[in-house]
Amino acid sequence: MNNLLQIKNIRKTFPGVVALDEISLSIAPGEIHTLLGENGAGKSTLMNVLTGLYRPERGEIFFDGAPVTFSSPRESLAMGIGMVHQHFMLVPAHTVFENVLLALDGVPNFYGRRTYRQQVQRVLDEFNLDINLDTPVWKLSIGAQQWIELIKLLVRDCHLLILDEPTAVLTPQESSRLFAVLTRLRDQGKSILFISHKMREVMEISDRVTVLKKGRSLVTLERGEYDENRLASLMIGEDHIPGWQKSFRTSQDLALEIKNLSVRNDRGLADLDNFTMKLHRGQILGIAGVAGNGQKALAEVLTGLREATAGRIIAGGRDITNSSARGSYIAGIAHIPEDRKTIGIAPDMTVDDNLIMKNFNSKAFRRWVFQDRGAIRRNAADKIEQFSIKAGPAGNPVRYLSGGNIQKVIIARELSENPAVLVALYPTRGLDIGSAEYVHKVIVDGSSNGMSTILISEDLDELLKLSDEIVVMFRGRLAGSVDPQTATREEIGLLMSGEVQR
Amino acid sequence: MLEILLDATVRSSTPILFATLGAIINERAGIINLGIEGLMLIGALAGFAGTQASGSLLVGVLAAFFAAMLAGSVHAFITVQLRGNQIVSGLALTMFGVGITALFGRSMVGLTIAGFERIAIPGLNRLPVIGKPFFNQDMLIYFSFLLVVAIAFFFYRTRWGLALRTVGENPAAADTCGVPVLLTRFLAVTIGSGIVGIGGAYLSLATTPMWIENMSAGRGWIAVALVIFASWSSYRALAGAYLFGGITAMQLRFQAMGTTVSAHILQMLPYFFTILVLVISTIRLQKGASQQPESLGQPYDREDRK
Amino acid sequence: MKLVTEKRELSSRLLRFSAPIVSILVALFVAGFLLLAAGVNPFQAYLEIVQESLGSLYGLSETLVKTTPLIFTSLGVSLAFRMQIWNIGAEGQLYLGACGATAVALFSGLEHPVMMITAMFFAAFLCGGLWAGVAGLLRARWQVNEVIVTLLMNYIAILGVDYLVYGPWKDPKGFNFPLTAQFSDAARLTEYFDTRLHSGFFLALFCALLLYLFMERTVWGYEIKVIGSNPKAARYAGMNTGMAIFFVLFLSGAIAGIAGFGEVAGLQHRLQHGISPGYGYTAIIIAWLARRSALGVVIVSFLMGVLLVGGDSLQLTWQLPVAFVYAFQGLILFFLLASDFFINNRLKLVRGGRHA
Repeated sequence: MNNLLQIKNIRKTFPGVVALDEISLSIAPGEIHTLLGENGAGKSTLMNVLTGLYRPERGEIFFDGAPVTFSSPRESLAMGIGMVHQHFMLVPAHTVFENVLLALDGVPNFYGRRTYRQQVQRVLDEFNLDINLDTPVWKLSIGAQQWIELIKLLVRDCHLLILDEPTAVLTPQESSRLFAVLTRLRDQGKSILFISHKMREVMEISDRVTVLKKGRSLVTLERGEYDENRLASLMIGEDHIPGWQKSFRTSQDLALEIKNLSVRNDRGLADLDNFTMKLHRGQILGIAGVAGNGQKALAEVLTGLREATAGRIIAGGRDITNSSARGSYIAGIAHIPEDRKTIGIAPDMTVDDNLIMKNFNSKAFRRWVFQDRGAIRRNAADKIEQFSIKAGPAGNPVRYLSGGNIQKVIIARELSENPAVLVALYPTRGLDIGSAEYVHKVIVDGSSNGMSTILISEDLDELLKLSDEIVVMFRGRLAGSVDPQTATREEIGLLMSGEVQR
Repeated sequence: MLEILLDATVRSSTPILFATLGAIINERAGIINLGIEGLMLIGALAGFAGTQASGSLLVGVLAAFFAAMLAGSVHAFITVQLRGNQIVSGLALTMFGVGITALFGRSMVGLTIAGFERIAIPGLNRLPVIGKPFFNQDMLIYFSFLLVVAIAFFFYRTRWGLALRTVGENPAAADTCGVPVLLTRFLAVTIGSGIVGIGGAYLSLATTPMWIENMSAGRGWIAVALVIFASWSSYRALAGAYLFGGITAMQLRFQAMGTTVSAHILQMLPYFFTILVLVISTIRLQKGASQQPESLGQPYDREDRK
Repeated sequence: MKLVTEKRELSSRLLRFSAPIVSILVALFVAGFLLLAAGVNPFQAYLEIVQESLGSLYGLSETLVKTTPLIFTSLGVSLAFRMQIWNIGAEGQLYLGACGATAVALFSGLEHPVMMITAMFFAAFLCGGLWAGVAGLLRARWQVNEVIVTLLMNYIAILGVDYLVYGPWKDPKGFNFPLTAQFSDAARLTEYFDTRLHSGFFLALFCALLLYLFMERTVWGYEIKVIGSNPKAARYAGMNTGMAIFFVLFLSGAIAGIAGFGEVAGLQHRLQHGISPGYGYTAIIIAWLARRSALGVVIVSFLMGVLLVGGDSLQLTWQLPVAFVYAFQGLILFFLLASDFFINNRLKLVRGGRHA
């Protein structure tokens, strides 16, 4: 078979990490080839090598039979390889037209506006996209932004399209629409390299599947040679028995009540719009929804980072919306933030220092104005053992720890005062399966001990597994609420896309 | 009276206008340049020396441009290629500029040249009120008008301008579109620095046709503040520079008229004004009325792991 | 063959320690060429610098006299640095501190030396602190860029002092020079060894020690370090970053203000035009060179003191403008920034790409 792309023994390392370990792969023309693997397996790294962003230390790449090297994205683009990244490569402040124009090939410096506008509009029309060329990108929904990213590839006549987790921000309905487009492109003879860790999608769309694990490719299978279970076991490796059982029971006591809460942002738009919700003691409340529908605003208001514009928050019977009592209540809420490295830790400081970030002022860790470093060290030793944190040598800045261990530091810190409520924002994003399981265990154990958790996640499997109740957020409002034991993915998907309100 | 004031305003604003425009080009590409003050001095000295040596004002202006470009390229290399701290590098550039112009300017002190002369634009210069102040000026001032328009055109109607703006907002996005990010930033910093140098040259070739140590007297810093006021737009830079020039002209007028207010207090006015303008502009920025280039101040590393 | 750069796993410790020293040496080398181009023999110049500043008791005392305000201003600037705040206004804060101390000295009517000196000290502390506090308030409340504000306020401060010494505070017996009357004996700091070295120097050392304890041992220092490391995380942890910003800038300016106190009470015994030849700007270099170490601040301040004394002498001998020291400081910074890169990255030669 004539391969469009062939990768042989590529090796790529970063300081302290081998991301790609002699990986090999081949892609045929006119196929949808899926790369399957859990977080950290090397999928994104490999893609960045193919698009000229990363330079491999060893290995060869053949495109259309000829050896190639990509020392910059420009060269990869010139070969006809295009990619839709997981983190959008768009400029929010610029218009749709400006974003697409830059991606076009062969535009002269003094370009004719009308000609090129027509060209871009044609492509938009071809895919039935109802998007105004002059809209600034920040005004578009995330799904629409994803389409713009795709358009940037389609205007360039790429032979190989790489899509990195494109359905992460799409509702099930939008995903179907995307798959229809991809199938059409494949039938036109283009090749698509599709990255995902969602088993169902892989089953639905792939012609061939390559499973990646720890920077190597394990095996490549044709359609028909695999099913969900086989892929899952290849991906994870061993049989997986959760170390805990979830019991679905809820107390009647209310830990937290939110009534008609609204939060406006700098641009005057409502991030949270008349949001209402009840959280019971010991309950795990899952919040589903496409990222950007107000989850972050909700977490920020609950944790004191933003003020509510309207509405009320009631905790323990007291209205604490914007009052001074809120301050002390906030101190009793634990939160696991979304970007652990950018928000959760002080990267240059040690693990010891990070562990006391919430209660450094308590009498236990100081004598008058001086810190009691002995007590701080003892506390750290305790937590390291309790949470099995691989912290490295004592003076190590915490940023050198792995993602999973950084998350453990954050959890250890947040749970140290036995909080009543835990707000967790995408807590297992980017973690390997072992660390993710650990986080789940912490949440479930906490629930048994009376701690209520608000679990905000884009992973429906996670939500279905853990939650006592799932609510769906759409455009800052509560779109609906479902019982995880009976709800279907489609139901939740419809709520997520706003097509149904309950 | 108004005409005289306007005329003084235009002449006073021009060095700052050039400096602000140069700074805008830097920042639009994502690089903060706090070396503006030093670059103005380098431009002033090089411009003066060039004209002194050759007898030609054009040679002087070109010398200023290239000298400032060269100095700016150090800042460019450190902040773009070496991803160094942009604030410290800019401060270093200013300090270096102050020191080196003091050193090499010794031989220029006391010398004079024939500075820029006014050239009237026939027809336009007969307009009421604004005719003389705007259209009976020297070549550099006319050039500054053209530059304002040219920069706006460059940013919004050319592909290179779009590429530069994208580099300042989201360099990774530009990179994946095939734009050479580091080269773009490097060129933006060096050429922008050159334009700042021209602003400095105006001081020593037109404002007071001589070299005085430290003759920019803080104008470079005003320009840095005005970039924010201008929301990184060349037209608003014109407005900002002229507003500032107006205050300076008025303050000088008061001094000349002999008020009871101490000259020192009057001289404080432009700085107070700039701080006020900065505060107001920043508050408007927070309210989302305008946005700064999103990647301003952040070095670009292609291999940065997200 | 291509030259490429590669990130290091752990930043090179050797380079991290040697970088400041190497930068200074390379800067000396390059500055030598600049001196040559300006008609000055660099070897003679450097020798003269060392001789003048360290070669005699008087020379050494002069060096320490210059080191004193450098230590104060640099401590202030480096405190702000710990929280990622850029205090470029140490110069103006020094002037304000000098103003405050002068006001007490001339108009308070205090006679007892201890009371007078203490009052002058606190006036300087307060004035310098409030001056920086303006920038702190603007930054905390509206996120206004403190670099520009503190810097512009330098110009205002210097003009303010000029206004006072040319105007209302001018010494009627001063032959119209821009200076105030001389301070009474009660308002002067003790001098030592028949030189101009005054108690301000020992106060500066004490201050460095206090700042070290403050940053490394107290809860306030911890909070500042966390905010400096990641302001978002700090807010998440419930820290009031706004108050901290104001407080740190206030304290930073207050310490710089003490430098002004030292200059008028200990050295010049009056307020006059140009009391500082740019100590506040040199402080930025020192703070950056010394990284996070109070001891480093003291050592580098001393080195800069050597340079300044030498520079004064060179001005007499070679008509070298004092501002040349700025050029030298700029060079040091450039090389330090460049070396920062090599601390975290290494160079590698790579073959044309395919099989590396």
